[in-house]
This record gives sequence, C-alpha cells and structure tokens, in this order.
Amino acid sequence: MKLLVNGMSMDVHSNTLEALLDAQGLRDAKVATAVNGAFVPATFRVTYLLSDGDSVEILAPMQGG
Amino acid sequence: MRDFYGSTLNTMFMLGTAQYPSPHVLADAFRRSAASVATVSLRRESGRDRAGQDFWNLIRDLGVHVLPNTAGCHTVKEAVTTAHMAREVFDTKWIKLEVIGEEDTLQPDVFGLVEAARILTEDGFQVFPYTTEDLVVAGKLLDAGCEVLMPWGAPIGSGLGLNNLFGLRTLRAHFPDTALVIDAGLGLPSHAAQAMELGFDAVLLNTAVAKAGDPAAMALAFATAIQAGHLAATAGPMCPRDMATPSTPVIGKAFLK
Repeated sequence: MKLLVNGMSMDVHSNTLEALLDAQGLRDAKVATAVNGAFVPATFRVTYLLSDGDSVEILAPMQGG
Repeated sequence: MRDFYGSTLNTMFMLGTAQYPSPHVLADAFRRSAASVATVSLRRESGRDRAGQDFWNLIRDLGVHVLPNTAGCHTVKEAVTTAHMAREVFDTKWIKLEVIGEEDTLQPDVFGLVEAARILTEDGFQVFPYTTEDLVVAGKLLDAGCEVLMPWGAPIGSGLGLNNLFGLRTLRAHFPDTALVIDAGLGLPSHAAQAMELGFDAVLLNTAVAKAGDPAAMALAFATAIQAGHLAATAGPMCPRDMATPSTPVIGKAFLK
C-alpha cells in the first residue's frame, strides 16, 4: 500500500505501525508516532493497522529552544 | 529559590539546545553555564541518519532537567498532539507550550495557548506556557492550571532584551507567588541580569549563547549575570530618584570661600 511517511510517499508491505517502524530501522529507536494527525502511543503500535493513504509521522528528540 | 512544579533547580538558568556549531560546542556551553534545564524538541526521524538517537544520548549525558517544547505549532490540536508525543519520548510531564500566532514576531496566540494549557493540565501535564506579559492572559493561564508562566522579553531570536519593562514589572507585582521565567529575546548578559533584578525566577535563552563567537564563554557570562541579578534583587535595590543627592556628608565641610 501507499503511505506518506514523514512527508515522503512510499510503497510499503507493513500492515502495522510496529512493522513499519521495523522496516524503517526504527523498531528500538526513541521515537513517537502519529497517524493522520493523531498520536499513537508506543503500546498501541503492534496492533495499529495501517490503511492505504495513511499519513504517518515518526518523530525523535531534536535540538530546540 | 522558587520551585517549578515541585522541582527545585540548582541554578536559575534554562538553556536551549538549538543552533550550536557542533554537539561538542553545545555540551561545552552547558558545562560552563551550569544550566539546570535543557529545552528540546521533536522532529522527523530517518532510519538512515538516526540523528535523534545521537542527540538524545548527548542530552542525557548533560544530567539536566529536560523541557520539551511545542515549537512551530500554530494550532491547539498540533500543540496538544506534539505534547503527547513529547511526554512519551522524553518521559516527562513538563512541556514548554508554544502556540504561535504571528509569523514575523512569533508572538504567541494567547487564545489558543490558554485553551491548550487547559487541555494539557487536565491531562496531567505540567505546563510552562510561552506567553506575553499580558496580565489578563496570565490570570487565565493560572486558572487553566499553570503554575509557571514564561513571558517573552522580546521576539524569539531577536536579542532585543526586555521590550516592555513596565509590563514585566507589573506582571511580577501582580503574581508574587507564581514562578515567572523570562523566555526569549535576550541578547546580552545584562538583559538577563535586568530580568533577575526585576524579581523573575529564571531566564530561558538559546540564540544569544549558541550564536556567540564563543558559546561557552557567553554561557558563563550569562550564568554570572543571572547570579548577580538575583543577588541584587534579594539585596534590596535602592529606589531611583530624579534629583541628585550628595553621597559625601555635607556636615563638617570646610568653609573655604
């Protein structure tokens, strides 16, 4: 299916958010996730089913003022 | 020293982590500053770079309180969602709440700010709202559950110092029991000293240190100024007056005309 991941369109075979993170090399990374603008807690990722056209945000600690 | 949601800080210096020339310079500036709090943000992560993971290791090693922000958020929904994501990543209830209302000045949207603050405090967050010196807004933020207020000194990154001395002095006088932090717009250590002399409880700044020719030296300069300003405030400054009064005793002066 086609997803928008951090603003980039990509074809993925991952059905769940957890699987997507795994495919992106971020399974154990310190990140937070949101799908279609809504926060998805880490504990929900394994059961969260992605749909074609979903917009996924994967955010990590970064410099800030 | 004032506590911030039950946490007592070792120093009254909160320092941002953005815009440093390198991670090494950032760490050195923090060491020299003895800052108690580091502000951080959340941004998109790439599995290839994993830049966020390296940054987090650096911040963790500083051994300071971490204050995540909602920088760049323009709506209540964006800010609330970002706060939830930050709470999970940084494992803290603290959130520096920014809801930006105007692009040129990065002035807070105080209406959205109050609404977001209420939502977040009801959800267990400990909110540090980036606000203006407006008294009515300050009161509404306290009503919404905030125990700390962070009025701007001047627009973010401007280095202009304290733009509205009257407003800030009035804010301090109206809310003597609230932790008040000057956030944004400071350019020189003298600005920080002035904020502390007004009786503010801490200052938060970033650009003035990160963009200095020698960030570590500037961090130390700010730390020293903050201490000096706080000491002056607690020492009881004299009241200014318009007319001169001689400091040398007049009685006993020789008659030499």
